[in-house]
Amino acid sequence: MTRVFDAPRRLVFKAWTTPELMKRWLYGPEEWKLAVCEFEVRVGGKIRFEWRNREGKSMGLSGVCREAIVPERLAFTEMWDDDWTGGETLVTIVFTEDAGQTTMTQTVMYSSQAARDGALKTGMEAGMAMSYDRLAGLLTSIE
Amino acid sequence: MIETLRALGEPNRFHIVELLREGPRPVGEMVERLGLQQPQVSKHLRVLSEAGVVDVRVDAQRRIYALRPAALKEMEEWLERYRRIWESNFQRLDAVLEELKTKEKKRGSKKRKSAN
Repeated sequence: MTRVFDAPRRLVFKAWTTPELMKRWLYGPEEWKLAVCEFEVRVGGKIRFEWRNREGKSMGLSGVCREAIVPERLAFTEMWDDDWTGGETLVTIVFTEDAGQTTMTQTVMYSSQAARDGALKTGMEAGMAMSYDRLAGLLTSIE
Repeated sequence: MIETLRALGEPNRFHIVELLREGPRPVGEMVERLGLQQPQVSKHLRVLSEAGVVDVRVDAQRRIYALRPAALKEMEEWLERYRRIWESNFQRLDAVLEELKTKEKKRGSKKRKSAN
């Protein structure tokens, strides 16, 4: 996944690794807000994310920082609390700057085919649940 | 979905799908273009067909394969859901970055003033 931001990478990196800033933009699907955020930017540093929805349900993941080259490169592991993806993933994010703009490239590697399939399945189910929510909303508005 | 991705995850099958993007093709022509043996190509086509990626019709003595748009559309929709979640995150991040830039500029001009 790639995205260009209209800011120097020093600031993009900061917004990507500072918990108070991350909480302002890193949401889950359907407005799940980032309620708990720890991100230690050093090799071996601890990572913890917890999202909560309006009903107070939460989902979280923990990980360890594997690479931290400020403000160029980040790599960290991620593992969901209830392990619904069936294993750890390794996320690598590279920031490159050109003429004051920053290109962010994110790659996710699954620890096994089972883990990848699990993520696909869950993504699909979550997406379907979201569509049902929308359908329910539509039906209510028709009534 | 997983079947679709598994089917596409093999290089020869991926190549077959790329060929079929140009239009329906008889097996014989794909054998030639891919430089594989006929039984191998038939095996790959069977996997693609079982995963719902391709359709086959028989025209006289020839089996003609074509892409099945539904399978690719399903994959596109799946990706689109993720793209939407990330895109709204990134738009919020854009706003955070604008704010950081403005703050930095202000601080910079203050510093210059105090230096004068």
